[in-house]
Amino acid sequence: MDPILSVQELSVEYATRRGALRAARDVSFDVESGETVAIIGESGSGKTTLAVALVRLLPRNARVSAGAIRFTRDGITRDVLRLDDEELREFRWRECALVFQSALNAFNPVIDIWSQFLDTARAHGMKDTKAVRDRSFELLDLVHLDPERVLRAYPHELSGGMRQRVLIALGLLLHPALLILDEPTTALDILTQRAIIDLLRELRTKLGFSMLFISHDLSLAAELADRVVTMYAGRAVERAGVEDLFYRPRHPYSIGLLRAVPRVTGALGSVASIPGSPPDLISPPPGCPYHPRCPLAIDACLAAVPPLLPVDMPRHDAACIRWQEVARTIGTAERHVAEKLA
Amino acid sequence: MTNGSPLIRLVHVTREFKTPAGVIKAVDDVSLDLDRGEAICLVGESGCGKTTTGRLLAGLLRPTSGELLFEGNDVWRSRGADQVRFRRAVQLVHQDPYASLNPVRTVEQVLAAPLRHHRKAQTAKQARAAARSLLQRVGLTPPDDFLHKFPHQLSGGQRQRVSIARALTVDPRVIVADEAVSMVDVSIRITLLDLLLGLRDEFGVSIVLITHDLAVARYFGRAGRIAVMYLGRVVELSATQELIDDPAHPYATALIGAIPEADPDLTRSKQRLPLKSADVPSLLRLPPGCSFHPRCPRAEAGLCDVLVPALTPIGGTRSVACHVAVRERTALAAATGPFRFDLPWVDIDKSEGSAG
Amino acid sequence: MIETLRLLSRRPVALIGLGGVIFFVLLAYVAPLVVSLQDAPDVTSVYLSPSLAHPLGTDYQGRDVLNQIVHGGADILTVAFLAAFISTAIAVTFGSLSATLGGRFDAATLGLTDIVLTIPQLIVLIVVAAIVHPSSFLVMAVILALLQWASLLRQVRAQVLSLKERDYVEAARSLDLGIFHIIFREMLPNMTSYIVIHFILAMTQAIYAQVGLIILGLVPLSGENWAIMLYFARDQGALYFRDSLWYILSPILAIVLFQLSLVSLASGLEDIFNPRLRAA
Repeated sequence: MDPILSVQELSVEYATRRGALRAARDVSFDVESGETVAIIGESGSGKTTLAVALVRLLPRNARVSAGAIRFTRDGITRDVLRLDDEELREFRWRECALVFQSALNAFNPVIDIWSQFLDTARAHGMKDTKAVRDRSFELLDLVHLDPERVLRAYPHELSGGMRQRVLIALGLLLHPALLILDEPTTALDILTQRAIIDLLRELRTKLGFSMLFISHDLSLAAELADRVVTMYAGRAVERAGVEDLFYRPRHPYSIGLLRAVPRVTGALGSVASIPGSPPDLISPPPGCPYHPRCPLAIDACLAAVPPLLPVDMPRHDAACIRWQEVARTIGTAERHVAEKLA
Repeated sequence: MTNGSPLIRLVHVTREFKTPAGVIKAVDDVSLDLDRGEAICLVGESGCGKTTTGRLLAGLLRPTSGELLFEGNDVWRSRGADQVRFRRAVQLVHQDPYASLNPVRTVEQVLAAPLRHHRKAQTAKQARAAARSLLQRVGLTPPDDFLHKFPHQLSGGQRQRVSIARALTVDPRVIVADEAVSMVDVSIRITLLDLLLGLRDEFGVSIVLITHDLAVARYFGRAGRIAVMYLGRVVELSATQELIDDPAHPYATALIGAIPEADPDLTRSKQRLPLKSADVPSLLRLPPGCSFHPRCPRAEAGLCDVLVPALTPIGGTRSVACHVAVRERTALAAATGPFRFDLPWVDIDKSEGSAG
Repeated sequence: MIETLRLLSRRPVALIGLGGVIFFVLLAYVAPLVVSLQDAPDVTSVYLSPSLAHPLGTDYQGRDVLNQIVHGGADILTVAFLAAFISTAIAVTFGSLSATLGGRFDAATLGLTDIVLTIPQLIVLIVVAAIVHPSSFLVMAVILALLQWASLLRQVRAQVLSLKERDYVEAARSLDLGIFHIIFREMLPNMTSYIVIHFILAMTQAIYAQVGLIILGLVPLSGENWAIMLYFARDQGALYFRDSLWYILSPILAIVLFQLSLVSLASGLEDIFNPRLRAA
């Protein structure tokens, strides 16, 4: 069966004063039906650009310079980049809904939650107010909120966690097959984060949608993802199943990132930051963009951008010519990288 | 573990703020000692009072009641030389690297001003040399590449290093770092924490790290203590590893169980303490008794909803503000003797790996 | 300096403005040293149209108009500069003090500011001018300045209040760098573009106020200046002679072009004071 979302060699450029900033370059990945994929990376890795490009909400100074975004539902495959305005509007909520990073800014502050539900539904051809009301009740129930109370509230009257729940409910209004979440828990407190994570997991099981979430937070990927794509300097540098990524990474940047984020419980292991800082995306270094920070870099790393190629694990690709070196040190055992390197 | 009295102490400090909706107690009866060369983390969720506590420690806010003692002297009653000495002795490193440096001043100007003002350098040349060595100390090398830069030409991590160097110009005894790494990229947080810990080892500077991130607190506080705050109060104060392995306060237990970990197997198999309610009470309408009791699965009617629990020692270096935990732990201590709490808790390596 | 010009050159309008300001400053202060004043009336050449001998024609007394333009700028410019300087100094000093000290001082300053802002300026100006009869630059400048400082003061106060809460100002306090360092090294440099732009705009206001007062005849008329030229041009019926067009147009153009230069220059100044645009 075709994956529900297939991103192929997608490149996005921003026009800036200093020249073209290539925020995403040749990014490819698939989201299978019912699967959760996490895209992780630091600020400037291009992950948010990617999320926004997927639903074609890029700002005016940005453009998709190459690639395709194929979306498949009920056996019909369409290229999102070729949809006209009407098709796009349909696509954005019915096929794929985006839950934004800042739950407060995503709402219109001067209208109550019920009106936001109603407006969204009407904009997509749900004319029957009663049906919208029933659906809103059902969804708010699903996200463990009191529908009576919440629908009458204005956005500022809700706590951060409640707003995030409402936003998730709103995203699910038109039964999308894919939910895209941009940093869904970043601004939330620990206990609220936990509640949102548990909620997403529960909804996924009940409703069977696929999820693509974008985060700098590795622990969110560890919690929810089936597969993980690591991004660096606009490129996907590693694609792997979640356990492969945390226990058997093959790209030095993934290792660097894993070691940079200590665990709270369990052994501390070998914790360290990555030296240096992320590259300038307008004039990136030659060859592999990570080589200036990479402990394994050799001369050959400067010669060409390494392609994303299969490594020693199934469904696992890394863009590193030194991956075998990495595999020798890391091995295949089911243990966190920081422990293995200790 | 101390040589003499603590360097700096908060004694029953309360700080209130007036808001349009009423008076809130951002910090309520907090007592905290900080020894020379000690690293302590204040941990808690937003609104718990950790930042206010940090600012009280730094003398930037005046307590509504209670005392701030520096080397035994009440800071807010001292004058002249004593007050000046205190003010310079405690330096703050702010959270936002984009706001903590003046956009119109170069790195050299930022560092030279306090050096010249406090006569640590007589000439511009001496000030520049001193600035160079400070930059070197905070890992901005070669220093000449940075002296003439404006803040916007530096990355977030580099700015935080400049902020730390700026604090070092006055030879502080205490650095209060308020979420000092939360706004820099994850890949470089550890080196910043290492830098702060290095200052402690090298100059004996005491460091107070304020963070909402338990992973940061765990790494930073390896050889120190953590104070967990909830709605303006310290609910548990323990050696870091002990708190992580065996939290005594139900709120600490809930936090540690809830925190997502960057490890799929670990995080998906964690023991959780489910709370009765997800709603955090407003500081304007705090519940009676223990302010955690409406959410606490272990709360006992007639006790927790009536009496405010005080932060009570439960053996070793631990203190907890929970009626139930205090009763259980002291009963346990009585039954098993003092042995359990006299474990060499500073020995991190031995206790590692025992959790999870 | 070179850096300043480079930044200014990215804004052609500002560069032209700078050129204009320099031109008028030279015209008003340097040219009179070269060209002597010809104020002897010559009844044989009243209201001549422009010619080689009189590029801008002559006035009702047969005097050369260009010569008067050259000699009539210094007064206007000096009064404008002084008025802007005094009002800016008042606004910056009291605005920052008010924000820093707070309390009663702040309340009193704000009260006074509100009063000054609410009274109709032109009327007060007319009344004051009628009572004081400003015969010197300085008196004129002080009167204009006293009516101009209020809005900038409010803005400076608001800026200082917000800058006061910045982390780097708090850091400077912790480092015990003293109030002077905080005001002059940390806060004011962040407000320079603001203050300079206001200064320039205050000059334009002062010019209009001044010209208005003179045209209304509320100021003792003595010496040469553009506004006095205008007054006489109107008073002596220059409007009704076709050949006197340039007599009446010249001072107007001088005033308008100078104002335009000032405003254009101000438009480019933001860039100059933005450290982000300075070369790496």
